[in-house]
Amino acid sequence: MATAAKYVGRPMKRKEDPRLIQGLAHYVDDIQLAGMHYMGVVRSPYAHARIRSVDVSKAKSAPGVVAVITGEDVRGIIGPVPCAAQIPDMKPAVRNVLATDKVRFVGEPVAVVVATERYTARDAVDLVEVDYEPLPAVVDPEKAIAKGSPKLYDNFADNVAYRWELEGGDVAGAFKKADKIIKQRMVNQRLIPMAMEPRGVVATFDPGEPKLTIWTSTQIPHLVRTQVAAMLRFSETSVHLITPEVGGGFGSKLNVYAEEALCAHLAMKIGKPIKWIESRRENFQATIHGRDFINYVELAVKRDGTILGARYKIIADLGAYYQLLTPLIPTLTGLMLCGCYKIPAIRIEITGALTNKMATDAYRGAGRPEATYFLERAVDIVAAELKKDPLEIRRKNFPQPKDFPYATPTGLIYDTANYEKCMDAAAKASGYTKLRKEQAAARKNGKLIGIGVSSYVEICAMGPSSAMPAGGWESGTVRIEPTGKVKVLTGSSPHGQGQETSFAQIAADMLGISPDDVLVVHGDTSQVPYGIGTFGSRATAVGGTAMYKSLEKLRDKLSKIAAHILEVAPEKVAFGDRKIYSKADPKKSVSFGDLVTAAYVAKTLPPGLEPGLEATTFFEPTNFTFPFGTHICVVEIDRDTGDVKLKKYVAVDDCGNVINPLLVEGQIHGGIVQAIGQVLFEEAVYDSEGQLITGELTDYALPHAADLPRMETSRTVTPTPVNPMGVKGVGEAGTIGATPALVNAVVDALAPLGITHVDLPIKRERIWRMLQKPAPRGNAKPGRAR
Amino acid sequence: MVIDVRISVNGKEYESKVEPRLLLVHYLRDTLRLTGTHIGCETSLCGACTVLLDGKAVKSCTMLAAQADGAEITTIEGLAATWKSNGANGNGGLHPMQEGFWEKHGLQCGYCTPGMILTAVALLQENPNPSDLEIRGAINGNLCRCTGYQNIVDAIQYAAKKMGAKSK
Repeated sequence: MATAAKYVGRPMKRKEDPRLIQGLAHYVDDIQLAGMHYMGVVRSPYAHARIRSVDVSKAKSAPGVVAVITGEDVRGIIGPVPCAAQIPDMKPAVRNVLATDKVRFVGEPVAVVVATERYTARDAVDLVEVDYEPLPAVVDPEKAIAKGSPKLYDNFADNVAYRWELEGGDVAGAFKKADKIIKQRMVNQRLIPMAMEPRGVVATFDPGEPKLTIWTSTQIPHLVRTQVAAMLRFSETSVHLITPEVGGGFGSKLNVYAEEALCAHLAMKIGKPIKWIESRRENFQATIHGRDFINYVELAVKRDGTILGARYKIIADLGAYYQLLTPLIPTLTGLMLCGCYKIPAIRIEITGALTNKMATDAYRGAGRPEATYFLERAVDIVAAELKKDPLEIRRKNFPQPKDFPYATPTGLIYDTANYEKCMDAAAKASGYTKLRKEQAAARKNGKLIGIGVSSYVEICAMGPSSAMPAGGWESGTVRIEPTGKVKVLTGSSPHGQGQETSFAQIAADMLGISPDDVLVVHGDTSQVPYGIGTFGSRATAVGGTAMYKSLEKLRDKLSKIAAHILEVAPEKVAFGDRKIYSKADPKKSVSFGDLVTAAYVAKTLPPGLEPGLEATTFFEPTNFTFPFGTHICVVEIDRDTGDVKLKKYVAVDDCGNVINPLLVEGQIHGGIVQAIGQVLFEEAVYDSEGQLITGELTDYALPHAADLPRMETSRTVTPTPVNPMGVKGVGEAGTIGATPALVNAVVDALAPLGITHVDLPIKRERIWRMLQKPAPRGNAKPGRAR
Repeated sequence: MVIDVRISVNGKEYESKVEPRLLLVHYLRDTLRLTGTHIGCETSLCGACTVLLDGKAVKSCTMLAAQADGAEITTIEGLAATWKSNGANGNGGLHPMQEGFWEKHGLQCGYCTPGMILTAVALLQENPNPSDLEIRGAINGNLCRCTGYQNIVDAIQYAAKKMGAKSK
């Protein structure tokens, strides 16, 4: 009973945009309630210290200050910051919402003030006097887990959060058979997610009902509602959590934060609406960080380039405390370390290290950019060692489409792929052969031109609940109102991705109406049935499928009602142009509006059919999905300054079927630029005292428009059988594919100088210093480019 | 201590008493309740707070309300009304720049968008026919974390054409 796709697949303008481009949207700091007070957070300036005393007297007596609370005031009253991840034998690096005896990272909340005015609250923060006894800071993760390191937790044996191992295939045998074993230490540096909108919360309490209303800039409204209710020991059914417009998340708002519980608690305690908005400095210090792994990789290969096996030792710098998924993220890396290659044997050891830093957690890609970076860098090192073209090494090791569903030695089943076709499309789109010729000519003139390739597969559309810490299903309710308008309630929680548009496209096609007739509602926990939220590129594949199945149920019901009216069999009706008509005789039709009215008025319902036009589905996916792609880029390095100039960027990505190509392309663009950020610009740096010296935008470089080339993006389409729409997910794929492509290009540019690896981040000083070293024998000499 | 200011915002005149240290962006957002202008940092680097002040793109987080005494400010809420053809051309009352961002998918989360749009409007006032490189240079003070800037450049080119630029 398929309806022709009129909207799905089309680059429709977004329904979200009118309010956003006119300044009419409401982000959390735009919410203003009568009598609203402001919360400020007193944060530790030390990375590691004992708290001797907290003196709130000056703050409390300042005019306009209404309350000051410390860790002691909420001990036993507010529960700890939750962690949903469970790794066997992991140490309980649990944080209270306010520190009591010890602080373990710069920015850790120690006290909270509430004042009548925004600026008064900020002043009052400075009036709280905390007496700290500084302790040695633990900053290097490899030193942290070594014997003799100062301990973050007196009652832990050491700073090892956990050890995680995975082995598949005959690893020892693979390394015995190898013609060559390449080894490399690699760093994937700590990043700051830097959503344009900092975090914020507004909470208000009505003691009558009672009802606690919370607005928070989040990606997971229902999960936050549940956790905050639990932290406050307040009935979840009396908590109404609303997600306002969210100005970006990238995983940093996939979390439950101390400030959410504190703000809600204070609203209840003081009886006034309370607003808390973090400054950018607070965002840098106390919103989750991304990445921060050290990797030791060994690849065992045959002379012809076949990969026989891989060994990885990874140290993940988790920070001082767990946030929601902190310990889980490195294990996602582990799962994907075979990438898009037939690697028959693999051994992975991951050690989570506790250090005096902010917690790491999910940041665009959440473990998969790290995996792809480590593997794709290693594959390129193999290619260079064996003097083979990077494309050919990859081609040699790709599984073929007939090998799918493909079981990896890490225990995953990849759904569908055609890696070779995608790579060839990228080679063609970039003019790869010509690029290599141009490079050879340029090199003769002493120019440092590099071509970088990356082929990736990633795991997303999170995911089967058996493999997820807190449920991987998603909810979708479709309700057709009596006037014929359709309301979709989705557990997905978009923050820029555009599901108000793409979901309307899907609904419109299913019901034969216009996307203008469809309103997609999300983020309001009083309207939307329980949902898991948006992260892990799951909104369309999981949330969209839940909605799709509800649409199917309603279409089925409407068909039965229409069939009854038109006097044909239900299978013989079709939906289109806001009509339901007989396929055999299209003039025999009823308008969508009239059909809906008939359903509600219920005079002509087929016997046995329940009235009402609402359907809810909780969709449990049977697998993750695995988008893939190949990125190819060209860089030129300035010999005098070490500057890396991006000359060309080509991406061919496959996310299965596409609902709205505009949205897909936008996600790829943004993803690629975040990867460019990681490679060339960004690094979250803690000094030896644990001070976050990249503490503001003045010190943390982000890509600006003038730094970037035009990206040339295209796709192959390999649908997935995991869901009926065949969609895979694309939100993180760009970031995952791009990081190694760019690094590989830089290394390729420096290859004539004998350089085989450059660590992240590739800042110009690092390149400049490498260029100052004399050339190894037999290679092109460094010198002025002519 | 308070300072008397008279500031025109989106064509309406306001007389207010402000604290000396009140930032212009807080005056617009909290006092005047024009929340379309956003705050993304406190070091004047992100550009989300950009407004038009006496015709120039200005970061309103780096200005005191007191300094804006006597100024004429346009925020995103007032932009469409400045487009002379509005009302007659049936585009839903949008400025061509707003239209361009809509047509070209030049926004995702929307947080940088008001500041980005106003910076672009200021650019086209000075340079009605900019090249891609000139556009990128002009918006170099506006950070976007979602789009990768490419569609923003296209959006601004769309607006430039609509506003009467001739192709170079």
